[in-house]
Amino acid sequence: MANLNVKVGSLELKNPVLTASGTFGYGEEFADFIDLSRLGGYIIKGTTLAAREGNPYPRMAETPAGMLNAVGLQNKGVDYFIENIYPRIKDYDSKLIVNVSGAKPEDYAEVCRRLAPLDKVSAVEINISCPNVKQGGMAFGTTCAGAAEVTRAVRSAYPKTVIVKLSPNVTDITEIARAVEAEGADAVSLINTLMGMAIDVERRRPCLSTVTGGLSGPAVRPVAVRMVWQTAKAVRIPVVGLGGIMCGRDAVEFLLAGATAIEIGTANFIDPSVTVKIVDEINDYCDRHGFSNVSDLIGALEC
Amino acid sequence: MKPSMPSFLDIEAGRKRLASMRVVASEPIHSLYTLLKLTMDDGSPLPPMVPGQFVQVAVPDAPHTFLRRPISVNMVDEADNTLWLLIRRAGEGTNRLCDLNVGSVLSVILPLGNGFSSPIDPSERLLLVGGGVGVAPLLYMGKLLAEHGFIPEFLLGARSEVDLLQRDLFAAYGEVHVATDDGSTGEHGLVTQHSRLSQPVDKIYCCGPAPMMKAVAKEARRIGADCEVSLENMMACGVGACLCCVENTVKGNVCVCTEGPVFNINQLTWPI
Repeated sequence: MANLNVKVGSLELKNPVLTASGTFGYGEEFADFIDLSRLGGYIIKGTTLAAREGNPYPRMAETPAGMLNAVGLQNKGVDYFIENIYPRIKDYDSKLIVNVSGAKPEDYAEVCRRLAPLDKVSAVEINISCPNVKQGGMAFGTTCAGAAEVTRAVRSAYPKTVIVKLSPNVTDITEIARAVEAEGADAVSLINTLMGMAIDVERRRPCLSTVTGGLSGPAVRPVAVRMVWQTAKAVRIPVVGLGGIMCGRDAVEFLLAGATAIEIGTANFIDPSVTVKIVDEINDYCDRHGFSNVSDLIGALEC
Repeated sequence: MKPSMPSFLDIEAGRKRLASMRVVASEPIHSLYTLLKLTMDDGSPLPPMVPGQFVQVAVPDAPHTFLRRPISVNMVDEADNTLWLLIRRAGEGTNRLCDLNVGSVLSVILPLGNGFSSPIDPSERLLLVGGGVGVAPLLYMGKLLAEHGFIPEFLLGARSEVDLLQRDLFAAYGEVHVATDDGSTGEHGLVTQHSRLSQPVDKIYCCGPAPMMKAVAKEARRIGADCEVSLENMMACGVGACLCCVENTVKGNVCVCTEGPVFNINQLTWPI
C-alpha cells in the first residue's frame, strides 16, 4: 500500500484523484455508487454569480472515443449553491473544490469572495476556458492578458488555494500558464475541452444547438498529456492534469508527464464508480513498480 | 436530490446501482427490434423498478460508440427474475445490443429516472398510448395496473402490422386499440385520429416519437384528460451530472434523466 498523499499548493489531498467540473454534479449524484470519502477531492459544477439556464437542447453529441458538449454553464448561481447545496454536501470527507466562471473579472472575484467564508470549500478552480459561453469563459483563457486579469481579480478576493483551468484552444498553453503563475495562481489545471463540431449529414444540420462545442473523452488524451508535459516544465506551480482519463493507467500517464493530481471527467458518464477504481489502480501501479509514495511518480518520465 | 424514491402503486424503486447482467434470452422481433431478457449475473434479485424508469446499458465491443444507451424498462418478470428491454436498431450501439448472444454479460446502471405517476381510483379511465418502440414502458405499467384492479386500455400506433410490438402481451392486461399508418391492421391513420379518443378518457400515459407525443398532448388538452409523456432526449450520464439531456419546463431547463423521463404535459413548454 503506497502513500498516495499529494499537495497542490497548500491543498493536501489524500490521493491525486479529483473529479472534473461538470461531470460529477455536486457529488451527491454519485453517492449511490461510491464512497465519496475515498476521493482526493471533488470539483463541482461551474458556478456563476447569477443563475444560468445554459444552452438549448441538443447539447451533446457522441463522437469517436469521446463526446461534444455545449451545456453552457447551467447552474443556479453562487447564492443558491451556498444556501441550498453546500449544507447537503459539506460533510463528505473529501476536499470540496468549486469551479467558478464568469463574464467579467469582477464576477469571478465576487463569486470567490462569497465562497471564501465556507470552511469546507478548500479551493476554487477558475474556469477561463469554457468554449460554450458567449461572454467570458474561453475569451479570458486564450490571451495572456485576459488570463492574468482574471487571476489577479480572484487572487485579491480569495485567500485559499486558487487553481486556474486552462484552455487547450491556444497556440502555446505554457505562455498562459506562466501568465497566471505570475499573478499568484497556486496551480493550473489542464486541459478543458477542445473546441469541436459535428454535423448530422442526413439532415445537413449541426448536431449541437450552438454548432460548436467542447470535445472530451479519450479522443483528447494525447493532446492533454502533451500539454501537461510542456506546462509542467514551464511553471513552478503544480499542474493538475485531465483529459480523457478512463483508468489508472491513464492517470499514471499524466502523473509521469508532470501532473501532481488528476481529474476524472467524461469517464464518470460511462462508469459512475470509475473514480475509486482509479484510486486503487494507481496504488496497484505504485506497488507493482516499487514506489512507496505516489508523489515520486510526478514528472518521473524518463526521456 | 429527491428525498423519496420514485414509486408506483405499492412498488418503491430501489437505489441506483451498477450491475453485471447476463442475457438469458435474445428474441428478434422481425428485422428492426430485439427483445433482450436480462438477469443479475450474481443471481441476486432485481432491484425494484417502477414503470417509466430506464436503465443505462454499456455497449460491449463497439469501437465507435462510447456512451451508454438509455433503454426503458419493458417488463420486470419477478417469476424468473428478468428485466426485459425492447430495443430498436437505431444505430451502431443498438445494433450491437440487438445482436447479443445468450450468455453475454452487460454492464447496466439501474434503475434510473422517475417513472409514471400512480392512478388513484380504479374507476379512472386510463389510456396508455404508445407509438413504435415507445410502447415498451407501457407493457410493465399495464401489468401492474391490471394486477392492482385498474382497467388499463392500450392505444398502440405503428407504421404497419409488422411494426406493432407485443400486441398479444398487451392484450393480457386490457383492451388493445390499434392504429397503423398504412391501415394493415387496426384503424388507418395516426393514434390521434383513432376513434377511441372520441370516447371519455380521464388520464393518458404516452410514450413514442416526439411528434406523436406532442399530438397526443394536444389532444389530451382538447378533451380535458390529464396526460403524462415519457421523453427520450439524448443522454450522456443518466444520473443528473452532465446536464446534457435537458428539457425546457416551467421550472427552466431540467435533466430528463433525473426529473423525468416522465413529465406531466403541464410541466412542459410545448406549444400545444
